[in-house]
Amino acid sequence: MTALMAILKRDLALAYRQRAELMQPMLFFILVICLFPLAVGPEPKTLQLIGPGVIWVAAILSSLLGLERLFRDDFHDGSLEQLMLSSTSLPAAALVKVVAHWLTSILPLIILSPLLALFLHLSEPMYWALLKTLLLGTPLLSLIGAIAVGLTVGLNRGGVLLALLLLPVFIPLLIFATSAVESASMQLQYSAQLAIIGAMFLFSLALAPFAIAYALKVSQT
Amino acid sequence: MVLSVTDLSVIKRDRLLFENVNFAVEQGSLLYVKGQNGAGKTSLLRVLAGLVAADYGEVYFTQQNIKDCREHYHQHLVYFGHKLGINSALSAVENLQYWCKQHQVVISVDTIFYTLACLNLVGLEDMPVANLSAGQQRRVALARFWFKQDAKLWILDEPFTALDTQGIALLSKHITAFLSGGGAVVMTSHQVLHIDYPTNELTLEYRI
Repeated sequence: MTALMAILKRDLALAYRQRAELMQPMLFFILVICLFPLAVGPEPKTLQLIGPGVIWVAAILSSLLGLERLFRDDFHDGSLEQLMLSSTSLPAAALVKVVAHWLTSILPLIILSPLLALFLHLSEPMYWALLKTLLLGTPLLSLIGAIAVGLTVGLNRGGVLLALLLLPVFIPLLIFATSAVESASMQLQYSAQLAIIGAMFLFSLALAPFAIAYALKVSQT
Repeated sequence: MVLSVTDLSVIKRDRLLFENVNFAVEQGSLLYVKGQNGAGKTSLLRVLAGLVAADYGEVYFTQQNIKDCREHYHQHLVYFGHKLGINSALSAVENLQYWCKQHQVVISVDTIFYTLACLNLVGLEDMPVANLSAGQQRRVALARFWFKQDAKLWILDEPFTALDTQGIALLSKHITAFLSGGGAVVMTSHQVLHIDYPTNELTLEYRI
């Protein structure tokens, strides 16, 4: 347990020291959303129609931008080797690293989201639906993303491959999340969509750590 | 017998690095792996450490297959590879504290400072490792060998690279002390060994 706490503490400290690097995906997220009302026009109806989709697409793309950070440095400086040679369980360590990554690079996006919802003229019920889908869906992005990062970390310039591997997997999430917000805009129930996203999240929470650990082991050869 | 290997073969990118390698490392003995660049020394050490599985053959630690006693094996192993395993944004002390927690080594901060002082790193303990020279960074990584008291086996891949003569002497002395205390060491080096201790040699041939 102390070993896992040490990983969490170290990753949070590292994120704080490399905050310039962390800011990049966040700035990208804000810029994309700021540009949309300018490009499409300030008509509230149009913005409300495309808003949830824009926020979700921007969230997925910006999380892809920051995802490689998850294991890249540890792989290249050998910290990952040393971690594998310790008695710490690798799946648990991988899960802790994903949690640290989510806290440092995705949570700020969610904290910023009320402001961005304002830009896109989302109504209050729509915003709450968006927030719920983001809270349930973004950990899924990090968990599934970490498997692909584990697989591609040994390759040089795995970035494009990472996007190609992950985007198709994220499509169901995108569909259910935007459909939940759309239902909210029409004052309909959206618990079904949330339940499906929640189920996907719990499923990946249970299995992804083992897949990540295996992917990292494969990358060592 | 601390470590033994039976019929080990490793294939890397369709090239057979070595086949049917057999050896055993006893308590208090030093195995010195020699060979040209590309002969497979690093690959052999990575297989021995359990980072990579061998294509054929088995590795045994105290008569147990390392696949079956991974945790037990890693508890008694210190591995020093090409990659130092230290993060350049963190300081020497932070790196070592993290490593110790990871490897269930209970150690006080004072001991870490003292060890770093022995390694001639006084005043550099709290600086990000990126600001240190190549040799000093290696000294930080080598400090691990002073911490794990219950280690039975050390695996070192080119430990003397980038070290000055004083550093080489310090490490050689420490390795000799570990061997005299009943530890086993497997190492590679392109330098002439300055270790005053009987050495077993294993030479890997470069194959095309």
